[in-house]
Amino acid sequence: MKDLILRYAARQYYWKNLNNNIDKISSFMNSKAFALYLKDFRSELRTRYAVNSLAMFIVVAISVILFSIGNEKIPESLTGGLFWVVIFFSAMSGLARAFVAEEERGTSLTLQLIASPSTVFTGKLLFNLILVFLMNIVIALLYSALFEEFVIRSFALFLLTFVLSNIGLAVSSTIIAAIISKAGSKGTLYPVLSFPILLPLILTSVELTSNCMLGTTFEESQVLLAVILCYDVIMLTASYMLFDFIWKD
Amino acid sequence: MKNFDIIWKTFLFLLLAFVSVAGIAFPIVENPVHWYQFPMIRGLEENAKIIFFHVPTAWLTVIAFLMSTIYSIKYLRKKNLDDDAKSYAAAQLGIIFCILATVTGSIWSKFAWGAYWSWDPRQTSIFALLLIYGAWFALRSSIESEDKRASLSAVYSIIAFVTVPFFIFVMPRIMLGLHPGSEEIVDGKVMQSASPVIDFKMNGNMLLIFFLSLAAFTILYFWMWKLGYKSLIYKDKIQKQISRG
Amino acid sequence: MSDYILKADSVAKNFGRRLIFRGINFQFSENGVYGVSGPNGSGKSTLVKIIAGLSSPSEGKITHNHNNNEIISEKLHNYIGFVSPYLVLYEEFSAWENLEFFAHIRDVAFNKEKIETLLNDFLLYERREDLVKTYSSGMKQRMKFIFALMHSPNLVILDEPTSNLDEEGKETVYKIVEREGKENIVIVASNERSDLALCGETILLEKFKQ
Repeated sequence: MKDLILRYAARQYYWKNLNNNIDKISSFMNSKAFALYLKDFRSELRTRYAVNSLAMFIVVAISVILFSIGNEKIPESLTGGLFWVVIFFSAMSGLARAFVAEEERGTSLTLQLIASPSTVFTGKLLFNLILVFLMNIVIALLYSALFEEFVIRSFALFLLTFVLSNIGLAVSSTIIAAIISKAGSKGTLYPVLSFPILLPLILTSVELTSNCMLGTTFEESQVLLAVILCYDVIMLTASYMLFDFIWKD
Repeated sequence: MKNFDIIWKTFLFLLLAFVSVAGIAFPIVENPVHWYQFPMIRGLEENAKIIFFHVPTAWLTVIAFLMSTIYSIKYLRKKNLDDDAKSYAAAQLGIIFCILATVTGSIWSKFAWGAYWSWDPRQTSIFALLLIYGAWFALRSSIESEDKRASLSAVYSIIAFVTVPFFIFVMPRIMLGLHPGSEEIVDGKVMQSASPVIDFKMNGNMLLIFFLSLAAFTILYFWMWKLGYKSLIYKDKIQKQISRG
Repeated sequence: MSDYILKADSVAKNFGRRLIFRGINFQFSENGVYGVSGPNGSGKSTLVKIIAGLSSPSEGKITHNHNNNEIISEKLHNYIGFVSPYLVLYEEFSAWENLEFFAHIRDVAFNKEKIETLLNDFLLYERREDLVKTYSSGMKQRMKFIFALMHSPNLVILDEPTSNLDEEGKETVYKIVEREGKENIVIVASNERSDLALCGETILLEKFKQ
C-alpha cells in the first residue's frame, strides 16, 4: 500500500515538473531574445549570407589541410589539434556577422530603440550558439570521414567536451564580435582579439580531445571538464556585465 | 617637493646600480664564505644570476596589466579620460616588460633546459599575455573616436584579465611543465617537481639582492608610469588648445 | 498635466575633450510639442539621442517619470518613439514583417487596427507586403513614423522629421504631430522653420555653447 502511494506521488511530481519545464520553454520561446533570434534566423533563410560563406569556408579549410598533408601520415595527437584549428578559424569566419551586419547596415540604432542591452546580447548569443553547434557538427563529421587517424574512443566524453567547448566558443566569440563591430578594420581584428581570450578553451579542448582519442576514462578527465565549465560560466557572467558599455554610446 | 624628488631619484639610481653590479658581478662559488658570494646550484652555476632580472620583469608585466585593468574599470565608471591615459601608460610599460620577460626567459630556458622555447605552461602564459597586449594596442589603433576607443579597450582589458587566472593557476596544475614548481614526470609518475622555485636554495645574501632588485624595478616602473601618463594628458590638452586656435 | 515628465539637470556633452553643449536644464510636464533648434553641428541630434537614452551625457542627467515613478534605462525603450535620419529598418523584410518583429521584441501586443490606421495615414497600406528594400526614401521616412508610433509611446522624439518628404508627406506629418501633441509629449529637433512653427517651448542650442 505504501509502495503504491509512493509511486503515485512520484508520478505526480514527474508530470508537474514536466509541465513546468514545458511552460518555461514556451515562455522562453515567446520571449524577446528569442524573437531577435528568429528575426536573424529568418533573415538568414532569406538571404543565406552567413551559411553559404561559412559552409564554403569549412570545405576550403579542410581541403587546404588535406592538400598540405598530401600522402604523409600524421600522428594521432596532431589530428586532435588540427580539428580545433579548423573550428577556430571557421568560428572567426562566421560568428562576427551577428553584430557586424547590424552595425554596417545601421540597424544597431533600431535595436537599441526596441530592446534592452541584455535582450540584444541574449538574442545574438542564441543565434551564434546554434550556428556554432551546426558548424561544429559538420566539421566533426567531415573531419572524421576524411582523416582516418581521427578516431574517438570515449564517445560520451567527446560529446560532453563538444557541448561545453561549443558554449564557451559561442560566448567568447559573441562578446568579441560586439567589440569589433564598433571598431574599424573589423575582419582582420576579429581573430587577433579572439585568440588570446579563447586560448585557455582551445588548450583544454585539445587536451580533452586527445584524451577522447586515447580512450581515457571520465574520472581522469574530470579536472579538464571542470576547467571548461568554469570558463563558460566566467565568460558568460563577464559578457553580460560588460555588454552595456560596448552597446551604448 | 623638488628636493624630495631629487633625493628619491638618486636613491633609486644607486639602488639599481648596486643591484645590477651585484647581480652580474658577484661570483658564484661552491661554499660561500664572504658576504658577496652566492651559492652554487647544480646545473645552473653562473646563469642563476638571470633570476635577478627575469623574475622582476615577469612580475612587473603582470602588475602593469593589473593596473591597466584597474584604470579601465575606473574609466568605465566615471568616463574620465585621464583614467584612460593612465591605463594606456601602464600598458605601454607592460608590453615592454613582457617582451623583456619573454626574452630573458628564453635565454634562461636555453641554458637550463636546452631549448629556447618548449611550450611549458608558464612560457605559454607569458606568450598569451604578449598576444593580449598586442591585440589591445591593435584594437586601440583601429578606433578614431576617443570615447569609443577608451570604452572598447577598457572592456577588452577586463575580459582579457578574466582569462589570466586560467593561465596562471589552472594550466600549470593540469599540464606538465618544466618551470620550477610545476608537475613533471619522474620515474614514469607525474608529481610535483622537486626543482626549486623561489626556495631556490638562495642564501641570505642572494635573497637580499633578489628582493632589492624586485623593489628597485618596481619603483622604476611607477616612476616611468607617472611620467608616461602625465605626458599623455599634457599632449592631449596641448593638441586641443592648438585645434581650438 | 501629463502623466509623463521629462527633466534635464545641468546636462552637458563632450566628445573626447571637445565641448558640444553644457548647462541644459528643462522640465517638460505638459503635453504638447516642444522644439530643439540650432545651426548644423550645434548638437541637436546629440541632445535628442541623450534624451532617448541612446547616449550618456558627460555631465548631469535626464530623468523620465511616468505616473510619478522614475523609469529605469532598461525599460525606457518602450516609452519612447524615435525618428531620425540615421534610423534604418530591416530592408530584407516587408513593412508588415518589420512591424511584427518590432512588436514581438518590444513584448507589446501587435495592435492590428492601430497599425493599419497608421499605414493608411502615411499612405503605405498598399505597399505593406513589399520589401522595404523597394521603398523610396520618402516612403522609408514615412515608415519610420509608423515604427515610432506603433507602440503608443508617451514621449515622441522627431529628429529632422520632414527630411525626404514631399508636400503631401509634410502635411501628414504635421497633422500627426499635432494630434500626438495633444496626448503626449513631442520633441521636434529641426532647422526648418515650418517644423519649428508647430512648437511651443523651444530650446535654442546656440545659447548653450560656452
